[in-house]
Amino acid sequence: MADLRYGAALNRALADAMAEDGDVIVMGEDIAGAGGSFGVTRGLLDRFGAGRVIDTPISEATIAGAAVGAAMGGLKPVFEIMFMDFATLTMDAMVNQAAKARFMFGGQCSLPIVLRTPHGGGLSAGPQHSQCLEAWFAHVPGLKVVCPSDAASAYGLLRGAIADPDPVVFVEHKGLYARKWDAPDDLAVLPLGQAAVLRDGRDATVVCYGAAVHLALAAADGLAAEGTSVEVIDLRTIQPWDEATVLASLARTHRLVIVHEAVEAFGVGAEIAARMADVGFDELDGPIVRVGAPFMPVPFAKGLEAAYQPSAAQVVAAIRKAMGREFSQEA
Amino acid sequence: MAKAQKPTSNHGGLLPFYEALQLIRQCEERLGQLFADGEVPGFIHLGIGQEAVSVGVMSVLGTQDTIASTHRGHGHALAKGIPLDGFFAELLARADGVCGGRGGSMHVADMRVGMLGANGIVGAGVPIALGSALAHRNRGTGHIAVSFFGDGALAEGVLHESFNMAALWKLPVLFVCEANGWSEFSPSARQIAFDLEAWSAAYGVPCVGVDGNDVVAVAEAAEKAVALVRGGTGPVLLECRTTRVRGHFEGDAQKYRTADEGDARDPIAIAEARLRAQGIAESELAAIADEVRARIDAAVTKARASGPASFAAARADVYTPLVLGEAC
Repeated sequence: MADLRYGAALNRALADAMAEDGDVIVMGEDIAGAGGSFGVTRGLLDRFGAGRVIDTPISEATIAGAAVGAAMGGLKPVFEIMFMDFATLTMDAMVNQAAKARFMFGGQCSLPIVLRTPHGGGLSAGPQHSQCLEAWFAHVPGLKVVCPSDAASAYGLLRGAIADPDPVVFVEHKGLYARKWDAPDDLAVLPLGQAAVLRDGRDATVVCYGAAVHLALAAADGLAAEGTSVEVIDLRTIQPWDEATVLASLARTHRLVIVHEAVEAFGVGAEIAARMADVGFDELDGPIVRVGAPFMPVPFAKGLEAAYQPSAAQVVAAIRKAMGREFSQEA
Repeated sequence: MAKAQKPTSNHGGLLPFYEALQLIRQCEERLGQLFADGEVPGFIHLGIGQEAVSVGVMSVLGTQDTIASTHRGHGHALAKGIPLDGFFAELLARADGVCGGRGGSMHVADMRVGMLGANGIVGAGVPIALGSALAHRNRGTGHIAVSFFGDGALAEGVLHESFNMAALWKLPVLFVCEANGWSEFSPSARQIAFDLEAWSAAYGVPCVGVDGNDVVAVAEAAEKAVALVRGGTGPVLLECRTTRVRGHFEGDAQKYRTADEGDARDPIAIAEARLRAQGIAESELAAIADEVRARIDAAVTKARASGPASFAAARADVYTPLVLGEAC
């Protein structure tokens, strides 16, 4: 066991995947010489050379389109989009080309592409450098979407994403890069599509992903002190999401809260809530409650951004609401 | 009509060109008819008048060289060697289509012959070709990628990004601009502010202009351009000035066009004139046209006999079945 930072785990995953498979290439803006805006690709250029660790011009649409062509040619491109907000510029390549190629060409090819990108606020980075747009991609048949919450899962899921035959949008949280966790030296590769139950509980289930996992864990800690037992599920993969694990948990706790930093409206939580209201209706003993950002752009000012981002206190309140106790406690 | 007689000489390589031109022209005329008859669903964009570009460029490519095509891509697919049966079955939305009836005209592709797909998005094939060229270089295949686009696509941002990136990285990619003068329903002169050669020069990409309706001229220019690209000095732009005889799509009333566009210089007539000058008999030309027609008849018959595209198979192909897990 050793301390491992989220960013270092991602770096190790890239290096291990590249060492194992000569067809894996890494590309993006400032990822080679500069080692990436958040340092995730540091050292890869020296180890694997400029042929496989490729600095690109500031041309997001063409980087993504080139990844499609490169994958058709047998490479496994992993490209970094410096901020998830800039992924809006890749939309044709991701949505119309990558997501459709296998389907519309009759299964002639698979496109093993990974778009790595950081989302989330907390840096006062403002409306164009802070958004959580994962639901956009999760809505598109043919794309997979992943969002790890800690170092070990960042490693395992990135390896899993690179090994996956289909296009994956791999979302990292900016606020997690420098955080560290105890992690085994021998990190496991994680398959996509499997959630993890991080904490067992009997009174309520909280489904979350990415940095929101830590809000849920903090909320669960707080409620445990007053005798409420909360189960925390880290979704890990947003598309395809692990419906069976969520449903099984709901069948134990009968209460469901979904937490994410992305805007609540039309978000990942809406889909999970709708599915559980359908297939899990008989298990529900209370309303499904979502915690997400309000329907507004991410503000720049520190105080405004703090008010914008979901908090552990909001998660606690949501759990109480789901349990029909919203007016009790707290005071 | 004189009895058709198979030619005995290939007339300095011109006869295979002529046959390829006939194949594309007749396929598209047949598609136009099938579309009018309601047998081809959706909509189709015909490249009648532009066949010499496909035939000339493809004459200097190998099977493993790759091409990324456009919404007007039938000629590219056929010249690259897509099987006729699978082509017609695809356009008729049948299970035996080369894409299982899921792509149709705008997404016809055949990875086995290096045809990376027609494309429903203007300009979108350009970065795909760039990536394919990157794969050729990284994997040391020695092959090149070719990007076809129309002059309408010159207004798309990815085209500019791709020229910059391909030139910067000296990628083995040939850009082929099929300049038919139209940006969908508007004259390109009203859409594009720049001169192609001067613009290309700004990226350091040599531009070769050619009469895109003369298959021999296209083939000769493409041969030189492809030799440069294979030589590793980076991308080359081949500007093929050509003619879009039909509308943007079949059924386009073309009220935006006038009769004074001048005579379309028909690529087939130009090739025939060259062959006649070499002394070919009319019966030999007729024999080629007849043989092509018979092949198309057979392919259409087969396509009609093929079952409808399968919803279950389509639904199962959104993601790769995990047991396969291998890239194409």
